[in-house]
Order: sequence, then structure tokens, then C-alpha cells
Amino acid sequence: MPEVKNRQAVTGAQAIANAMRQINPDVVAAYPITPQTPVVEYFAQYVADGAVDTEMIPVESEHSAMSAVVGAAAAGARAMTATAANGLALMHEIVYIAASSRLPIVMPVANRALSGPINIHCDHSDAMAERDSGWIQLWAENAQEAYDLTLIAVRLGEHEDVRLPVMVNFDGFIISHGVEVVDFLDDEVVKKFVGEPKVKYPLLDVNNPVTYGPLDLYDYYFEHKRQQIEAMKHVKRVFKEIAEEFEKISGRKYDILDKYKVDDAEYIMIALGSTAGTVKYTVDLLREQGHKVGLVKPWIFRPFPKKELQELLNGRKAVIVLDRSASFGAEAPVYEAVKSALYEVSDRPKLGSYVYGLGGRDIKVDHIKQAFEEAFSGNINTDEERYLGLRE
Amino acid sequence: MADLKGWKELAIGGVIDKPSTAKEYQTGTWRVIRPVYKPENCINCMFCWLYCPDQAVEIEVVDGKPKMKGFNYYYCKGCGLCANVCPKSNDKLPEEKRAIVMKPETEFQD
Amino acid sequence: MALNIMQLATMFADKNPGITQGHRLCPGCAAPNVAKFALMTAESLGYTPVVGLATGCLEVSTTIFPYTAWNVPYIHNAFENVAATISGVETAYRALAKRGRIVDPDKKYAFFAFGGDGGTYDIGLQSLSGAVERGHKFIYIVYDNEGYMNTGNQRSGATPPGSQTTTQPVGKKLPGKIQLKKNIVEIMAGHENVYVATVSTSEPMDFFKKIEKALQFDGPAFIAAFSPCVRFWRVNDDKAVDISKLAIETGYWPLYEVERGVYRITKKVKELKPVKEFIEAQGRFRNLLKRPDADEIIGELQEYITRRWERLHILEEATKDKPIR
Repeated sequence: MPEVKNRQAVTGAQAIANAMRQINPDVVAAYPITPQTPVVEYFAQYVADGAVDTEMIPVESEHSAMSAVVGAAAAGARAMTATAANGLALMHEIVYIAASSRLPIVMPVANRALSGPINIHCDHSDAMAERDSGWIQLWAENAQEAYDLTLIAVRLGEHEDVRLPVMVNFDGFIISHGVEVVDFLDDEVVKKFVGEPKVKYPLLDVNNPVTYGPLDLYDYYFEHKRQQIEAMKHVKRVFKEIAEEFEKISGRKYDILDKYKVDDAEYIMIALGSTAGTVKYTVDLLREQGHKVGLVKPWIFRPFPKKELQELLNGRKAVIVLDRSASFGAEAPVYEAVKSALYEVSDRPKLGSYVYGLGGRDIKVDHIKQAFEEAFSGNINTDEERYLGLRE
Repeated sequence: MADLKGWKELAIGGVIDKPSTAKEYQTGTWRVIRPVYKPENCINCMFCWLYCPDQAVEIEVVDGKPKMKGFNYYYCKGCGLCANVCPKSNDKLPEEKRAIVMKPETEFQD
Repeated sequence: MALNIMQLATMFADKNPGITQGHRLCPGCAAPNVAKFALMTAESLGYTPVVGLATGCLEVSTTIFPYTAWNVPYIHNAFENVAATISGVETAYRALAKRGRIVDPDKKYAFFAFGGDGGTYDIGLQSLSGAVERGHKFIYIVYDNEGYMNTGNQRSGATPPGSQTTTQPVGKKLPGKIQLKKNIVEIMAGHENVYVATVSTSEPMDFFKKIEKALQFDGPAFIAAFSPCVRFWRVNDDKAVDISKLAIETGYWPLYEVERGVYRITKKVKELKPVKEFIEAQGRFRNLLKRPDADEIIGELQEYITRRWERLHILEEATKDKPIR
């Protein structure tokens, strides 16, 4: 693999592996799973070549990967892992424990459809199944964002007011395996940006022994959950602070929401991840035809950007929400959250829910146009879930 | 629940940030039979100390050697393992010759 | 030099050996002594223990928030992953040592993982196998009480035939569990780079010696500790040591070790007592003994124990001075 520096054409997996190289975590425990595998492979090569001095644990499963990083992070190490789909599902039990133990683990997730039937391609069912786990969820649109957000995640999770694990979502194959141009920061700049790990209650401080993971019954469990709720409340403020600092070193601006041509927009679409790129392109096309359209892409989905969306969407004609996962027997996850947020605004827009792209099904400009055009013609129904690119 | 701490007062993450806090917890209230120590019969073999699952056997070092002091009834759950492993307390010995005698709690006032 | 009880008592006369008072394990439980014996040995040899626990009796009863009965660093993660968790802790130790971030670098750290038989033979086997295969320097100790005792005596892969459990009870028709206990020692010994031993609190000197060997072994160690559950084995609270002795005298729980493939029986029993004595001493086999096929089931167990005992002697002879690596 060529040495990566500054501007390079790389896959998203390479970009993330390079971020991990620059972070040089104390411990990485990971198990390969398509489409996350190249992240682990590239990083393992860095370890083998001495490009990092991270201790890597080649675990026998994702369950053990998450278990080992919980142990490492509790011990006082900066610890990372990465996974996708069924691997994340196998971790599920420990994903909750990582968050409730307040361990700032960073985990890139190459989003992939959950089985079954088994499928290796992109959708968001894996991450959405973890949305109530207590992890911060960041969502990248492309390889550049995947790289940047991985660096930001380290600082965000470790912040004294936060102390939470962070999942950096990047679409499987589309971002993980697609080649794009990425601007990398210099190693020294990253080193300075991420700084020394900030630890709390390190298990390895043998002179001050602590107990991690006690039995927490009805007399205290609730209080510990309340602390987690509180920590999430600080995330957006801290993210903005870190994003500001990141802008200074990179020239790239991050916020809670990525807003594309929304200022005068009457119709706004909401999408997570790589699809937002296709939506931006479609927005341009529709604007050429005189339609006042725009896109909002949450960079953060957990905590949910409720206030920001309320402010932005209040008074618009219509809001179209794209979901790359279904919630069987209920509304799709992004739609449900947006709809709930808009209950409180004074001038509610019309709302449409579109599920698309399950199991890697392509989303095309025509699909996005179709959703917008249905809204233009008034064919939009708050209570109806529609599907893009599905055969009847 | 008046003396329980609120969420702002607790260490985060469910961590117990101090060691040995269980020493405040009295397990002696579980006891229905009580080991009574008879120092005159004790050979200080330390078996009771070694086997007590609750570390309720108190010992001290005298002239470089460990000596049995007695039982800590704040913790002793009354399992009787101490008497069972005591070479000076087996069933064949008459009670007055034993180093540890198990007696029902009902025989005691405290 | 082997430790003795007097030395340990002198050393721990006024301090706790890792585990402290105030835990809420049942009266007469063997598990806290398994932890105590192991951690006392480590501390007396100059090691600073860091412990991980699998969900189970020893875990829930010692750390009911805000009470912890540990005075050493302690981590519990979940039921099936104590080996993976402690492998993360041990790896973090190496990473931080390399980077000069260990708080007290002059101390000798010893990483222990404790799990019950459920968390070891059954749900935690994969995690344990992975951690041992990877060669982390840690000591895994199973306190084997032959069932899911924390949740009220459910069957595990360590439950012996005919033992009453709530999930495979001895009934009017079915005889309860008929399968033999999984041979966890052989499974772990098959990992090549490992020191494996069985211990019992009824043989303290042997116990201390094996922990010492495990600490000094260049690689992972697995210790299977016989740990009677007085509650669900239906014996009196003071019987944990008596039952352990009987287990050894009948060959039910042979004391031996496997070090790089070399077998060594550490407690030679001249003539094994019939296993029926072990069975009749415990209420958990009462329903079995009432059945017309009791003798047949006990006979099969006896035959297995006799053959295993013979086989151990053969292995001891065959592997003598022939370490596999």
C-alpha cells in the first residue's frame, strides 16, 4: 500500500485506516467483516510495518472485539474497533455496556444490511438497531467526512462533559470501497489535535482500585441512566466546539446539520450518509428548473438534532425524509424522529416518508426527483410510507 | 431511600470509585448458629482463618507467629466451616475440649 | 519455595487478600475461598492482581452497588466475555507500559479472570478459547459448582449425571441429566501454549503451588477449581471442604496439571473410594438414588472415573519429560 499523505485518491476504508494510523490508538481489537474488512487489513499492515505502535488484538469474534475494547478503555487506554452489520449485532450486548460504563471507544461502522436473508451491501439497519444504545452516532457522506469524523470522534467521546463511545457511520461499499479524493492532515497536526488520551477511573491505577460493572439494582440503576441522558445533552455543544477547532486545522466545516441550499427552500429532503450526495446533485437539477428545494443531512443522529431541525423546518411547505432502513410495524427511524420533532413547531410542514436502498438497492436521481415531484404536486401523506426503487 | 445519593453525586459509569466499600455491609445478621471460640483449646493452626469464606476470623501476629483472636460477628454468617475444619473441634471431642463450639443464636442476648 | 498457611496468615493478618468481608455469597460457599487462595498467593509473591469477573455468583454477590468486596482493580463486563475483557485489560497494560503511562510501573501486575462453570464451560468458552489461543498473560480460574447456581440451579455443561437441576430435573420418567460433565481441562490443555491445572480448596498447598506456577508460566494459565455449592448440592453449610475431599478421594475430581502437554498427577490417591460415597453424601442426587436405574447410572459414572484415572496415569508416564514445545 502506498504511503498516504495530503491529497490522495483512496477508498473510504483506506481513509479511515489512515485516520487510525494518525490517531495511533493504544489498543485496537477488531474482527474482519465485509465491508469493514479493508479497514482492519490496512490497519493491521500499519501495525506489522511499525507505522503505529498500537497493540492490536486479533479477536475471535466481534463480541470479543467489543469486550476487549471495553476492558482496554476501562484500563485507561485509548481504544478503537470497527465493524459492520451482523458484527455490530453480535456486539450488541456489549455496545450497551460500553456506553453505560462511559468508555469513549471510537468505532467506525461500514453500514451494511442486517441478515436475513444474508446480504453484504449497504443499508442502515445495523446502526439503527443501536440507536438507543447510548452511543453517539456520527454519519459520513463520503470518504473525506469519514476521515474527518473519525478524528473528531476521538475528541468528542473523551471530553469530560461527554465520556461516551462514538460510532462513525460510513456506507458499506459505497464509501468503504469507492475511491475518492481525500485531503489528509499532516500526521503532526492530527497528533496535536487528538492529544493525549483523557482517562477517568483507570482500572490500572492499582493504587486507587476501582470496581467496574457492579450489580446495579433498583436503588441506583435509574440514577446511572439519568447520567447517560445528561451526557448526551452536552454532545452537540462539545461537537460544535471541536468542529470549530477542526475547521482551523483543516479548513473543513462541520456542524450538527449539513444544510444544502436550504435558505429559501420550500421543499427540504432529509437523508443520512452517501445518499445525501445524490440528493445534492438532484437539488441542483431541480433548482435549474425553478424549484425551491434543499437538503439537510444530519452529521449527528444520536443525540438527535431535534432543536436544530425544528428551527430549520418550521414553516417549510414540505419535508421529505429518506430512510435506508425499515422499522417493521412502525415508521422508519429517521422519519419517526423528524415527525416527532415537528409536532412542537408552530407551522408544521407536510411530511413524506420514503424508504429506499435496502440491502444495497441503488438510489438514483430519478428516485429522488420522484419523491420531490410527488411533494410538488401535493401528493404527500404524513401517514404513508412509500418506497423508492422497489418492484411491486 | 432518603440517604441514597442523587445522580449528580455519583461517579459516572456505575463505577465504584473506592475499594472495599462492602466492609460497611453487615452480613452477621444472617447468622443462626454462632461459632464460639475457646482459646484454651486452640492450637493456632489457622485452618479456621484460611477457610472462613467471610474473613470473619480475626488473627494477630505475636512474636512473628499468627494467633487466633476470635470471631468478627459483624461479618460471620454462621456457616460452621471453621468448626468443621478445626482439628480440635471434631464431633468425637467433647464440647469442653473443642476450640470452636457452634451454638444457636437464640442462646445469646446481643 | 512453596507457600504455607502460617506464612500467609502472618502476611494477611491485618489486610484483605483482594476480596474483602461484606460480600453476600451464601454461608459456607467455596467460591470466595477460591478467589482468596488465588489472590493471596499472587500478593504474597509480590504480584499486584487485577481481576475480571464473569457474571455469576461471585460477581453479583461481591459488587452490589455501592458496595464492592474487592480492594484490587476489578472489572465485570458480561457473562460470556470475561476472558476477552481481561485480554483487553492485559493488552492495555502492555500498550501503556510501552508508552510510559502505567501509574506504578515497578509493580508486577497479574491479570486474573474468574468465571463460574456456566461462564466457562458453556457461554464463555469461545471467548476463553480465543484469549488463550492469542497467548495473553492471564490466569483464568473457573469456580466450578456444576450448574447455574446464581440463578437457582440450572443445568450446565459441568453438571454431572443424575444431579438434580431445575432445567433437567430427575422426573418420574426421565433420569435428569445423563451426559457426563464436559472435560474442560482437556479442552483447555488442547490450546498448546498453556498451563492447565485442577485445584481444590481442600488441598490448599497444592492450590497455592499451582497458582504460583501459573503466575510464573510464560503464557496463559487455566485453573479449574472444584467449588461446592452447599445450597444446591443440598449439603450442610459447613460441608464444602468435606465434599471436596470426597471428590478427590473418589477420583471424581482428580488433582493434576498439564504443562506444555506434560501430565502430572499432583495428588496420588492409593485406592479410589467408590464414587457412590460422593453421590450419597449430597442431596442433589437424592432423586437419582430413588430411581430403579440409579445403580446403572452411577455404575457408568464409576466406570468413566476409573478409566479416566487409569488414563491419567498412562498420560503421566507417556508425557514425562516430553513437553510438546
